[in-house]
Amino acid sequence: MSYDDWFRKDRLPHIFCAGCGNGTIINCTLAAVDQMNWKKEDTIFVSGIGCSSRAPGYILTDSLHTTHGRAIAFATGVKMAKPDFNVVVFTGDGDMAAIGGNHFIHACRRNIDLTVVCMNNQIYGMTGGQGSPTTPRGCLSSTTPAGCNEAPFDLCDLAIAAGANYVSRWTSYHVKELEKAVKVGLETPGFSFIEVLVQCPTAFGRRNKFRQVMDHVEYLRSHSLLKAKRDRLLEKNQPVPEDMFVVGELMKRNRPALGVKP
Amino acid sequence: MTRVEFWQGNTACAEGALAAGCTFFGGYPITPSTEVAEHMAAKLPKKGGVFIQMEDEIASMASIIGASWTGARAMTATSGPGFSLMMENIGFAVMTETPCVVVNVQRGGPSTGQPTMSAQGDMMQVRFGSHGDIAIIALCPATVQEMYELTIKAFNLADKYRVPVFLMTDETIGHMREKIIVPDTVERVGRKPFSAGSPPFRVTDKDLIPGFPTFGTGQHVHVTGLTHDERGYPAATHPALHEALVRRLVDKIENARYEMADYDVINPDAEQVFVAYGAPVRTVMQVMHDKKDKNIGFLRIRTVWPFPEKALFAFKNAKRFLVPEMNLGQIAREIERHVCVPVRTIPKLGGELHTPKELVAALEEKP
Repeated sequence: MSYDDWFRKDRLPHIFCAGCGNGTIINCTLAAVDQMNWKKEDTIFVSGIGCSSRAPGYILTDSLHTTHGRAIAFATGVKMAKPDFNVVVFTGDGDMAAIGGNHFIHACRRNIDLTVVCMNNQIYGMTGGQGSPTTPRGCLSSTTPAGCNEAPFDLCDLAIAAGANYVSRWTSYHVKELEKAVKVGLETPGFSFIEVLVQCPTAFGRRNKFRQVMDHVEYLRSHSLLKAKRDRLLEKNQPVPEDMFVVGELMKRNRPALGVKP
Repeated sequence: MTRVEFWQGNTACAEGALAAGCTFFGGYPITPSTEVAEHMAAKLPKKGGVFIQMEDEIASMASIIGASWTGARAMTATSGPGFSLMMENIGFAVMTETPCVVVNVQRGGPSTGQPTMSAQGDMMQVRFGSHGDIAIIALCPATVQEMYELTIKAFNLADKYRVPVFLMTDETIGHMREKIIVPDTVERVGRKPFSAGSPPFRVTDKDLIPGFPTFGTGQHVHVTGLTHDERGYPAATHPALHEALVRRLVDKIENARYEMADYDVINPDAEQVFVAYGAPVRTVMQVMHDKKDKNIGFLRIRTVWPFPEKALFAFKNAKRFLVPEMNLGQIAREIERHVCVPVRTIPKLGGELHTPKELVAALEEKP
């Protein structure tokens, strides 16, 4: 089986915009899933509402496309009822960090054996570009026409503080790193959280000086600071650049987990 | 061997769920329903089931839907404020035809209202509270014995009709202790089997219910709250398909209203007829016992939704229907839709049962 076999091909073409990075993330996730030697019938994809949450509809397994923000709560029911299942959640920044924030932190606290891939495009894409809890300060959206004046969430810090066993952050540029991170997430018992910063040319890019898709991808690449480099800067008491975000494996531990395969 | 117990209503509900084969309970503490969750937390894991306390009632409802797709008989229990939070995912369960059981031990509302007092104020919310056109099943026990029996029935109806079924009880019955006869076996009606390989939401039977493709059986079913075609694929901008889907979801319940109807007709020749469900049934029974008058009729309803309106027509000589409810007249309005004689609401708010005196006063008043 190759990762191509995981796609539900009669659902194509997909609804993602030209230049969207969500497909890249689905590819990386399925490439990692394909290396797990999992049976399709034991693998369940769950999502909420938004662009990211359309992903399970394009995957040939049992899948739940649920209500806005609630994917992790539904997935908790699936996993607790059937710990034998491999349960993967696709979500986005609006879905998971705004309306679903409570379910997210409690799933981290329970350390339930799910893998959550969050496509963070820093905006509400499907509803047409409203500000989200991860929209950076100063960025334009249809509901922050003068620039966002709220602080964004650091989703990885949140997951670590709340108790998740595995946390990593990459971008849609880092496809090989992302695939590896998802695989480690799938292998790690307990709650695994992978945040992926992703370009959204339609809703974010055109409002924020990334009129070309690759300009935004290049921005994501050049503003990524490897965790190892960040740690070296901290060791030397040197300042960490404020406009960069840390990528890499940010947490891997083995706290007691819930819903692990017997 | 049957056995006799002296149980609280909420205990009888939890025991009924266990007897029905409930294997998953997701809940959140709320007065006056908490004893159901506590009893399940103590008993369910010992029987190999799963109890999980979720972070709120939104998540509770989500968790039981997720569990149901794995084949589990799944249940939650709550009261008014939590019930309001569940509305979102109740709609999802209706749209995706997910069997599940929701217990609402009603308390005084609106808002936080009267946490420890009894009410029946959520009877319209259960029917119409979730957005869009939906149909659901709601059962109302009036005794601890019925708490047990109707909980089992709720699981059977949920599985048969692929719909959320609500045990709409109240604080009175939930917290009352009463003698109960526990049978040694209970009837279980399972989900309609799925014929492998066919589109998961294709309906071929007259009952309009598709077979249930349990997760993990290799059917690769996509379950979405979006308007979907028979393959389960989103088709949200297709007007005819949307209408056909919503009509089927409503018709599969409404068309079966007499198949699942559960009511007693007492003194069908009477001119004055009480109609009651839940706790007020007990006060009506007291009045019937005290008066011993064949001219006082009583329609005692256990399946309030879908409303079995033909039951009203059993009272051919009825000149007036009297409807005691612990709300401002919610089901009375449903009765008014179906009969041509006056309907006298006997509302009671505040959390206490109607007294027999109050019902007699309504009975004896001059029109």
